[in-house]
Amino acid sequence: MKALVAVKRVIDYNVKVRVKSDNTDVDLANVKMALNPFCEIAVEEAVRLKEAGTVSEVVVVSIGPKACQEQIRTALALGADRGIQIETDEMPESLGVAKLLAKVVEEEKPELVILGKQSIDSDNNQTGQMLGALLDMPQGTFASEVKVEGDKVNVTREVDGGLQTVALNLPAIVTTDLRLNEPRYASLPNIMKAKKKPLDVKTPADLGVELKAHTRLLKVAPPAERQAGIRVSSVDELVDKLKNEAKVI
Amino acid sequence: MAILVIAEHDNSTLKGATLNAVTAASQVGGELHLLVAGEGCGAAAEAAAQVAGVSKVLVADNAAYAHQLAENLSKLVAELGKDYSHVIAPATTTGKNVMPRVAALLDVAQLSDITAVESDNTFQRPIYAGNAIATVESLDPIKVITVRGTAFDAAAETGGSASVEAVAAVHDAGISAFVGEEVAQSDRPELTSAKVVVSGGRGMGNGENFAILEKLADKLGAAVGASRAAVDAGFVPNDMQVGQTGKIVAPELYIAVGISGAIQHLAGMKDSKVIVAINKDEEAPIFQVADYSLVADLFEAVPELDAKL
Ligand SMILES: Cc1cc2nc3c(=O)[nH]c(=O)nc-3n(C[C@H](O)[C@H](O)[C@H](O)COP(=O)(O)OP(=O)(O)OC[C@H]3O[C@@H](n4cnc5c(N)ncnc54)[C@H](O)[C@@H]3O)c2cc1C
Repeated sequence: MKALVAVKRVIDYNVKVRVKSDNTDVDLANVKMALNPFCEIAVEEAVRLKEAGTVSEVVVVSIGPKACQEQIRTALALGADRGIQIETDEMPESLGVAKLLAKVVEEEKPELVILGKQSIDSDNNQTGQMLGALLDMPQGTFASEVKVEGDKVNVTREVDGGLQTVALNLPAIVTTDLRLNEPRYASLPNIMKAKKKPLDVKTPADLGVELKAHTRLLKVAPPAERQAGIRVSSVDELVDKLKNEAKVI
Repeated sequence: MAILVIAEHDNSTLKGATLNAVTAASQVGGELHLLVAGEGCGAAAEAAAQVAGVSKVLVADNAAYAHQLAENLSKLVAELGKDYSHVIAPATTTGKNVMPRVAALLDVAQLSDITAVESDNTFQRPIYAGNAIATVESLDPIKVITVRGTAFDAAAETGGSASVEAVAAVHDAGISAFVGEEVAQSDRPELTSAKVVVSGGRGMGNGENFAILEKLADKLGAAVGASRAAVDAGFVPNDMQVGQTGKIVAPELYIAVGISGAIQHLAGMKDSKVIVAINKDEEAPIFQVADYSLVADLFEAVPELDAKL
């Protein structure tokens, strides 16, 4: 069975982003970029399924400008077999991404599509679910465990109340949460090998998808800053402040 | 056109997050309808009819909706949603699971996790772990939205007298099934709506040590939260994670114990009214957002705090 993993190039999670002074967007010039952490977990899961003999091929797909080939190569170095880049000048909205991915799924016919639950830039948490709706495929979102059993996959999900397990008919969509696995580091030989793995480039037109704007970004502003507080020297002082100054206890 | 709010409930009572979503919807302006989809959810529907500002409650009572399976529920909501200007749900794990499917079925965008309503088509939402606030205009005829509960007050639970109408449509996609769940049982207040939250991080050392936080929490009537590191290490269950990719909290008082203050953690708690940080490292970034910083060993400070309250 084939697994398709969708990955996104985003700001490195250690970087605290700044807003541009004209409030049009965040400033990504010269900022370190990386594979979205949840996508990395998605790649790791697919590779583990391959190592376990459940999956026979792992295909990674990324949408965006040429630079996102870097993240495809990272995924290939982690153990994916081949890559597909869908070249766009800018990052499409989630619905556009889902429509492009739906076409790739129709071509590749994977049994499992694994995505991160959210990207740490837009924080939307949408693409996997939208893809599920477009393809009428079931979804196991926020997964902390994935078990393929016959023609079904059991997915344990991290939900507000605890954990929920659902059984999904294959083909199915999985979106990863933090506890699904701990991604490996790519070894140097694997990074070298990844450079030779096949990487196809397509355009939205090749896939017959016309991207459309559904939203307009009017403004990006920094959040309200918190006032710096004070240092208390003892538990007694803390209790006094909470009672008499903040009046919260 | 009216606004459809998707109620979160356990068949007998409404979850608090529903009330915050109702407030967001009322700020958009327009007639408010509440959908209660579940199995044996009559009591929840009755509760929904009492919520102030709601004029109609739609009840879809069927086994297909028993566990809020996204495959089934999204079809129902998309079908009903065609007749509304806005379809709004709380940004809980249920709302996050179902609503993007609804948006895709309606061929519209979703605005996730809104924190302010500027007009009927323009909303604010945090991006980049809350390090930027985007103002976004929707160009779609139907706006599909999830609401960050902490950004909106809860609507009054009573005072309304909505009509209750049964929905006949049954959507059973037949491609997914509920297998089981492990729901954390606790007598403490719910994390996202608690007035006081005491959270522990990797500094707690192990799960047993969380007992000192629980003791403090019980004295304060607080909920207990955690950092990702504490959850990953297996100290406490996943539903306690506060942060960018966990739960968002904004209590009157947040006490961070043995938590360094990574941006992903701050994203989930920095709108708290008063923040206290207890950490032995005086350079810990959590102190940059804390109102009261105590540089101390938590194993001494927490029991002492508990004793002196
Ligand atoms: C994609 C992604 C999503 C993430 N989402 C979240 C999220 O939602 N929520 C979240 O919290 N994190 C999240 N993280 C993780 C985040 O980056 C940090 O790794 C995490 O918050 C650190 O947890 P911590 O502060 O408990 O641990 P550490 O950073 O290890 O800090 C432990 C602190 O405890 C202090 N300490 C130790 N012993 C004592 C003692 N005896 N007394 C007093 N203080 C002591 C130390 O000085 C230190 O400051 C995410 C990361 C990624 C990549």
